[in-house]
Amino acid sequence: MEHHLQIACRTTALSELRLFLNHTLADTQLTESELNQVTLAVEEVCANLIIHSHQCNESDQIKLAVRQDRDKLTFEITDKGKAFNLLDYEVPDLKKVISEKRKGGLGIILVKKIMDEIEFESDRGLNTCRLIKLFRS
Amino acid sequence: MKIMLDISIQEEHPHHIIKIQGEIDASNSVQLDEKIRELAEQGSRSILVDGAQLEYISSAGLGVFMSYLEEFQEKEIQLKIYGLTPKVFEVFRILGLDQLISILPTKEAALQDS
Repeated sequence: MEHHLQIACRTTALSELRLFLNHTLADTQLTESELNQVTLAVEEVCANLIIHSHQCNESDQIKLAVRQDRDKLTFEITDKGKAFNLLDYEVPDLKKVISEKRKGGLGIILVKKIMDEIEFESDRGLNTCRLIKLFRS
Repeated sequence: MKIMLDISIQEEHPHHIIKIQGEIDASNSVQLDEKIRELAEQGSRSILVDGAQLEYISSAGLGVFMSYLEEFQEKEIQLKIYGLTPKVFEVFRILGLDQLISILPTKEAALQDS
């Protein structure tokens, strides 16, 4: 089964995204903590797109499709514009984040630690990031 | 509509307690940043964060805590977080922040630790 959401590129849409995910994933076998983590990972990718790729331009949109299979959850995030391939992004060292007083960079670390698989593709201006979480049986 | 975030400050000499209620994300993490900055500028020596009613935190909020670690170490300002629910604590743990920030189970433990 697939569920879809479209949000505008503003940071206040992130709470809307969380509500959608909490609702959509309520019947899965995820624990409360796992549900929180996958929500966080999807939000981190969307927040990055909103802030860095779209500069909070509210007329831009991000689409999210959530697909639930027997053994996994797939989150497909699509946007148009400058591609941000988080697979190419060098994860900053935590100590470097502290010493440079950076408030960013942590989100990508979280996504990579929480999700089991990450895929990215860009085709004629349409960027797709796929986050996959396997169910532990 | 539910208010997403409420941050209040209480003084319990010599500590300042920041009580966070709700959810912290990229849209409102600046509020947490301002409160911590305010206390540091007022000369607080001990900042305790009551996280019992913190329902959600994203990297934007975690980044706020991290951005003060060095400065507070240099200025000998204590920063401790207590009362986190297991699911919120787990997010700190995934990043390894539980090794960098004092996170304690209760207010009593946080006060004893200082």
